Amino acid sequence: MSISPAELDVILLSLKVALWCVGISLLPALLIAWLLARREFYGKTALNVLVHLPIVLPPVVVGYFLLVLLGNRGPVGGWLLEHFGISLIFNWKGVVAATAVMAFPFITRAIRQAIEAVDKNLEVAALTLGRPPFMVFLTITLPLILPGILAGMTLGFARALGEFGATITFVANIPGETQTLPLAIYSLLQTPNAETAVWRLVIISVVLAFAAIALSEWLTRRSIRRLGGNF
Amino acid sequence: MADIRLKKSLGRFHLSAEFNAEAGLTALFGPSGAGKTLLSQMLAGLITPDEGHIEIAGRTLFSSAKNINVPVHKRHIGFVFQEHRLFPHYSVRSNLTYGSGRRAGKATPVSFDMVVNILGLNTLLDRKPASLSGGERQRVAIGRALLSNPKILIMDEPLSSLDDARKAEILPLIEELKSEFNLTTLYISHSIEEITRLADSLLLLDKGEMKAAGPVGDILSRLDLVPYAGGYDAGTLVEARVAAYEPGHHMLTLETESGGRLYITGSAKEIGAAVRLRIRARDVALAKTEPKSLSILNRFEGRLVDHCSGAQGMEELLLNVGFPLTARITRKSFEEMKLTKDTPVWALVKAVTISRS
Repeated sequence: MSISPAELDVILLSLKVALWCVGISLLPALLIAWLLARREFYGKTALNVLVHLPIVLPPVVVGYFLLVLLGNRGPVGGWLLEHFGISLIFNWKGVVAATAVMAFPFITRAIRQAIEAVDKNLEVAALTLGRPPFMVFLTITLPLILPGILAGMTLGFARALGEFGATITFVANIPGETQTLPLAIYSLLQTPNAETAVWRLVIISVVLAFAAIALSEWLTRRSIRRLGGNF
Repeated sequence: MADIRLKKSLGRFHLSAEFNAEAGLTALFGPSGAGKTLLSQMLAGLITPDEGHIEIAGRTLFSSAKNINVPVHKRHIGFVFQEHRLFPHYSVRSNLTYGSGRRAGKATPVSFDMVVNILGLNTLLDRKPASLSGGERQRVAIGRALLSNPKILIMDEPLSSLDDARKAEILPLIEELKSEFNLTTLYISHSIEEITRLADSLLLLDKGEMKAAGPVGDILSRLDLVPYAGGYDAGTLVEARVAAYEPGHHMLTLETESGGRLYITGSAKEIGAAVRLRIRARDVALAKTEPKSLSILNRFEGRLVDHCSGAQGMEELLLNVGFPLTARITRKSFEEMKLTKDTPVWALVKAVTISRS
């Protein structure tokens, strides 16, 4: 089966969106995961709820919130447009924003669990050896949570590939602009006599999902081996 | 060297400690729950005291009055924990050098090769901690702390997670490091054996309170401290020099500074060597006249200096037999022998019950 140019567009857009989604989420997710795992502060519960909200809210509701907040006249969207000339409405950047919000809780959760699994006593020992806290994070905590970060990235990537509700609500379903795999499948399902085309995209989705998980498994196993292998 | 005065309350537990640690090894001794680890964590900066001050090598690390609280990584305190706490993703070599970028500690930094040689880590350098035995891991942990060039070394029950064989393997190494690097060390332990072997001075801590502080020999020969300094296993520390060797019987004759003579078994190599002996109070028997034809070799003539009643029908005695010696006998014997202060007595100690430190 050879892939048509239209299908290739959909696949490339989906991959681009998913990679950007993981890319822009990673550092904030790392920071928030660390705060939730290692720090006590006022409003911690509120932050935790806020991060997890996209998991429990209907995706359409999240999409609507994004429309209100990130639209060109919304408080955040207007500011982005005015200061950076970035508009998120009806283009792929909007898809990245929608998928990032939906994937964020999964990435944060995986990293947070990894940080909680790191023995705090190791960090204390590193401090007594004279390394400042940030260096301790870089040399001890970060390497030890690498498998967790990889797991979080895979989850986030898969979530971004599969995101539907928030995306279609926020940036609509525009071929070549905002139409990722699930949106394309949805469109074809509305079209008469397109079963073959649907099946082709379904199979592509399954293959991409398997490839992402296989790659992440391989990276995780490699990093665990490098870390001394006794976890 | 170290000047420390601290107070801390945690719930209903109150810790109050005040002491000076000089160069050499100071042991912090007390039963579990005495507050030893809490105290060491306050020194390291892991827990903030309610009030007090910590001054180490002329530098104030904490002062509630002056509002000073130096963070952990700037305190220059080497820490060996109960568990090894090695970094699992680094090789032994990288673990050892993790803190060695720090130069401010001593004028002459501890040398990597020397530490590796003394601790016998040469063949382990490229291995990961997961593949080491318990004793090897703790040796690496000790080396790692030394190589961070600390001004003071705190060892918090470093042997408590090891079996007796591993303890016996590491104790002499700690002694060797002590004489090689002459680093001020605070050694926390609830084992009176380890302490009589290693310590120069002793701090007794019980239920958050400092019971006594001073040279280890003096503290161990104080009757009022018997309940805190070993209890059932309490005993005296005797420092002596090997004066003679009797080849036929592998017997050594030891002389204390004050002229006392002791006999233990040993080898010819030890002539001239300084040894530390521990004589448990419960291993000492008493007689009013010189006993004849007896298997016991160590017979010391002396007198009773002091006594007090101990636990469960026991009497704790302090004798002077050329050196201070504590003894524990039943109150029944004590009364039947009609012992009082200054009574001349003979103290008998079987050579085989004397522990070499």
